[in-house]
Amino acid sequence: MNESRASRLDLIVTPAIGLLLAVLLFVVWNYSDMDPTTERILEPANLARQLQQQLILAFWSTLLVIIVAIPLGIMVTRGGARGLKNTMVGFLGLMQAIPAYGLIVLFFVWLGQGATTVILALAAFSLLPVLRNTIVGIEQVDPSVIESGKGMGMTPVQRLARIELPLSVPVIISGIRTATVITVGMGALAFLIGGGGLGETINAGLKLNRPTAIFVGAALVALVALAFDFAGALAQRYLHPKGL
Amino acid sequence: MNAHDLDPLHEPRALIELVNVEKTYPGAEQPAVRDLSLAVREGEILVLVGPSGCGKSTTLRLINRMIEPTSGSIIFEGADVTNTDPNKLRRQIGYVIQQIGLFPHRTIAENIGTVPRLLKWDKKKTAARVNEMLELVGMDPSIYGPRYPRELSGGQAQRVGVARALAADPDVLLMDEPFGAIDPITRDRLQNEFLRLQAELKKTIVFVTHDIDEAVKMGDRIAILREQSIIAQIDRPEVILTDPADDFVENFLGSGAILKTLTLNRVRDLDLAPVPPVLPGASRTQALAAVEESSSGVAILLDAQEHPVRWVDRRSLDNAAKPIEQAGRSVNVMLQPEDTLQDALSAMLQTSTGMSVVVDGRGRYLGCVTIESLASLLVQTQNGAA
Repeated sequence: MNESRASRLDLIVTPAIGLLLAVLLFVVWNYSDMDPTTERILEPANLARQLQQQLILAFWSTLLVIIVAIPLGIMVTRGGARGLKNTMVGFLGLMQAIPAYGLIVLFFVWLGQGATTVILALAAFSLLPVLRNTIVGIEQVDPSVIESGKGMGMTPVQRLARIELPLSVPVIISGIRTATVITVGMGALAFLIGGGGLGETINAGLKLNRPTAIFVGAALVALVALAFDFAGALAQRYLHPKGL
Repeated sequence: MNAHDLDPLHEPRALIELVNVEKTYPGAEQPAVRDLSLAVREGEILVLVGPSGCGKSTTLRLINRMIEPTSGSIIFEGADVTNTDPNKLRRQIGYVIQQIGLFPHRTIAENIGTVPRLLKWDKKKTAARVNEMLELVGMDPSIYGPRYPRELSGGQAQRVGVARALAADPDVLLMDEPFGAIDPITRDRLQNEFLRLQAELKKTIVFVTHDIDEAVKMGDRIAILREQSIIAQIDRPEVILTDPADDFVENFLGSGAILKTLTLNRVRDLDLAPVPPVLPGASRTQALAAVEESSSGVAILLDAQEHPVRWVDRRSLDNAAKPIEQAGRSVNVMLQPEDTLQDALSAMLQTSTGMSVVVDGRGRYLGCVTIESLASLLVQTQNGAA
């Protein structure tokens, strides 16, 4: 009950904050004094390119995380892989303890510069929430439900597809939501290793001391993150199994 | 004393057999089930009962191979199934557990259709079967079919659990403390319903409980198990109650063994006393005539659905100021034919007349039972058993 009320609140609060931010952005964009440097930084064509890069980075890294973390989570919750599960969750927790900045640099040293390196770094960083939620989601399924499925002659694959996964969907999606917000936020650091993104605008604003540019860049990043989060909230709402 | 001592000519064929089955869990020193041989006969309810930890659930779960035996073999319908595909075996055996385990994300209809779907029945056949099953357990398919499990009460969920287990018409039903998590009043009703169902369906049932009263009520035969699932005694309940094999069985039965014989017989075994019914709309004269005719001086007022509503006697009818519908005392306690004599006794003790009304499954009036008829049946049984 609580969870559904919370997700309904998500569907209102997230767009409300987004709208507020958009209005602020509109006001700043139209009414602040812009010197030629700021105007050059905030060149619309530049912003559009960076926004697109930001979206692409977030999209691919999230997709990569989903493709890797969910099957991995399923695998380690099968009997006989308990040891592997703990080792893996521990290792990924360690990865998350490395600052995002450091992780991107480490990946740069390993793979060189470019968007692919950024996507891989983002995916590595946001793997844990999806993996952990997949494991938790599957493990919180009432054992008596699985037992009765087994007792009626469901094969392990049928039990997974018809019982365990559908019942863990809400938890898994909330993990994916966390991951997307991380990838969008961290994507602002992509410029460090030539991955582009709105970080370029923020960085230029910082270096050249142009607060308007900093605000516009940061607000756009926040709007992208909110948009992804809202999409996640919608998915949670509409993919939630009926009857729960 | 065990099953093999009974006359083999009259023994129905065994549908399930455990032959020298042993189960030792990895790392355990002692086996959980030691060298168990057990035959379940076609059409009987065999109750496995014993103290907790005696291995009765393990034994049950060995039958559908939810637990794989360490050694020994399992014979199902004449074929050795010890090494066949366990999923195929389980689709032929109904399975009901205490927690029921309904799929919360599936409707009641989908839940009941689980095994038919696994067996790839076509949709029409499955839907028809689901409706039939819901009706069988007394639930309206159009109301309950589209609902989800969380909308059901505990008793309803248990009924759906039984309906789901019966959906593919298995010959065998395994029930692991099916009524264990249900309040006593609902449990009693579900037990009666289930016995009524079983009288119709004649399934072969293995039923696990830790409650000796439930065992006596439900079982055609009872196997009393001690540690490591060793059979202390297996026999008909009346034999176990009157002739326990050893001290273990005697202790397990407890001190109330004689009172428990009250749970062996049902209300339907009693002679119904002729207490005449007064139909709705009857005149005062007609009602008085009925009371006169009654040997006990009372009559039962029925409503339009033939449900008994009031006890009336001469004195209550003499009060002309009151309409007949309000004469006498209301009928509060009603028995059903499946109720045990224990239920009957406590019902009778609640009425001043020492009589209790008996109704059928739909609540229609069948007759009355008296404390005298109960006493005479008990004397007969005692003489018969001695």
